[in-house]
Amino acid sequence: MIQTKIDERGYYGRFGGAYIPEMLHANVEELRRTYLTMMADPEFQREFDLLLKDYVGRPSPLYYADRLSKHYGAKIYLKREDLNHTGAHKINNTIGQILLAQRLGKKRIIAETGAGQHGVATATVCALKGLQCIVYMGEVDIERQAPNVARMRMLGAEVRPARSGSRTLKDATNEAIRDWIANPEDTHYIIGSVVGPHPYPDMVARFQAIISEETKWQLQEKLGRDYPDAIVACVGGGSNAAGAYYHYLNDERVRLIAVEAAGLGVDSGESAATSQLGTEGIIHGSRTLLMQTEDGQIVEPYSISAGLDYPGIGPLHAFLIDSERAEAISVTDDDALAAALFVARQEGIIPALETAHAFAALDQMKYGPEDVIVVCLSGRGDKDLAAFSAYLDSDSLD
Amino acid sequence: MNRLSRLFSEKDRDVLNIYFTAGYPALDSTVPIIRSLAEAGADLIEVGMPYSDPMADGETIQQSGMRALENGMTLRVLFEQLTEARRHTDVPLVMMGYYNQVMQYGPKRFVEAARAAGVDGLILPDLPAFEYQRDFKQLVEDAGLEVTFLVTPQTTDDRIRQIAESSSGFIYVVSSASITGGSSQISDKQRAYFDRIAALDLPNPKLIGFGISDAETFRTACEYFNGAIIGSAFIRALGKDEDRVEETTQSFVRGILEPTLSTTKR
Repeated sequence: MIQTKIDERGYYGRFGGAYIPEMLHANVEELRRTYLTMMADPEFQREFDLLLKDYVGRPSPLYYADRLSKHYGAKIYLKREDLNHTGAHKINNTIGQILLAQRLGKKRIIAETGAGQHGVATATVCALKGLQCIVYMGEVDIERQAPNVARMRMLGAEVRPARSGSRTLKDATNEAIRDWIANPEDTHYIIGSVVGPHPYPDMVARFQAIISEETKWQLQEKLGRDYPDAIVACVGGGSNAAGAYYHYLNDERVRLIAVEAAGLGVDSGESAATSQLGTEGIIHGSRTLLMQTEDGQIVEPYSISAGLDYPGIGPLHAFLIDSERAEAISVTDDDALAAALFVARQEGIIPALETAHAFAALDQMKYGPEDVIVVCLSGRGDKDLAAFSAYLDSDSLD
Repeated sequence: MNRLSRLFSEKDRDVLNIYFTAGYPALDSTVPIIRSLAEAGADLIEVGMPYSDPMADGETIQQSGMRALENGMTLRVLFEQLTEARRHTDVPLVMMGYYNQVMQYGPKRFVEAARAAGVDGLILPDLPAFEYQRDFKQLVEDAGLEVTFLVTPQTTDDRIRQIAESSSGFIYVVSSASITGGSSQISDKQRAYFDRIAALDLPNPKLIGFGISDAETFRTACEYFNGAIIGSAFIRALGKDEDRVEETTQSFVRGILEPTLSTTKR
């Protein structure tokens, strides 16, 4: 049995840790010291559970996708995180972190966002709790995810463009870290994925763990057994995957499938398939797999999906893939678009582009007709309608 | 004796440490900048290893780093340039960068290359104390290099003492909780923080960095500790006239030192 719990320094095996400058130490250390105690507090639990139920709309359904099941020849269940308030799994984490920030007495919230789902989820909880909210977003992403930018502004958040580097998620993260360095006392940084220095990867995974906690009893109710044969989830930083896997990490009956964005193709030079293209190093405070040059310069990734366009993966996923507990599959832009269209027309559900990668992986997997497969439907596709429309108008369909 | 130790044993006040990004404004600026800095009177030179994602640096240094990388700067090139610079000057040289750069080069290979190139110290702001002790301390000590750690206004007294114990190198006193290139005034709050560090009576030399940009802030910083570090302001000066790196460097250093020399003769 592999050990998937972090050690006291925040390592999963040799991945993780907190490689941060001293300027961030006091804040990160405060979180590290307090997050488990705060999360275990019954009053925290009560408030967290109540908000997840009445505000987010949990539990999210576990839906048996009949037509997809017939098509693929397996029993396919969709964990409907797209039905959460704000339309994705991201809000599970932001609800948790805003409650922590309140308990730490923070007045100002910062966040980074790629697809804008985490930005919207952060802006939402800040509005809910009356806290100031600043979201850093790459200039490129601001353009390709315009609806989410409008939502954040509507919710009262300030969206600050990240103009350095590739002007995407990695650079938005750098800007957010800088903001935290400049504002160490009144500010909490809500990281949106299982990345960053310890304790973020573990903390975010614990907040997202609600996904697999529900999956367990939902499967028990439907099938009389509380585990699937495989869980499929897309991985950018990897927070929906971490949540969907969490309660099955040590259950080796369950295959864990991590789906990465291949962009234009793994070997095209325009890709974000970190587990294949990455090597061990440090990104955003964490030792993990990342795409980099021989000299340790971080490479600009590419994917049509702004949420998967990240050159690293969370240290938990690096550990799971390195130890062969999880299998990585990569999916190109085109295959993801085709899968989104297919799912929309088979099931009447328009998935986010990120999630579409997870669906496309079903074409590459091997399974038997009795196999139970849970796909984490991490978000809805409204934000991606421009990309889908372009695809519908393109020649790709001929 | 390590050139850094010698410097601080001979000079315990008004130490001027200038930071620049290697490979900026041009790939081959490194040697002329080091030579000009040393000739003009900088006591210590911090050579920035340009990095794609410099978490602890401000925009000025990040931009200069991006330019340097576009110019083709790599660690291999930089070690060659430092070897060349060392033929011309005995000024202490400290390399500053991020641990991922060292990790990819290979910690042992990196330390050996640094020593061979005549480097005296290292600053790796994102290398945590535990990992330093476990993976790195023995290597740098064997090579006779000194490692500098940062302390900030949020760093507790206990932690400052631990940091001072884990390294004999100078301590980098971050002047305020801000990224490089920030405010140019030293506030009462900062003075209180400096007093707190001074009261700890640490054996290590201490230099103040972040927000030191001109003769006046340098002079104020020197009242508290052994000296100060100037980075972003120098990078900006270099950027104003990229074709006259040597002249810019000399006049920048003179602009810091000359008023200082005249006012500190008490």
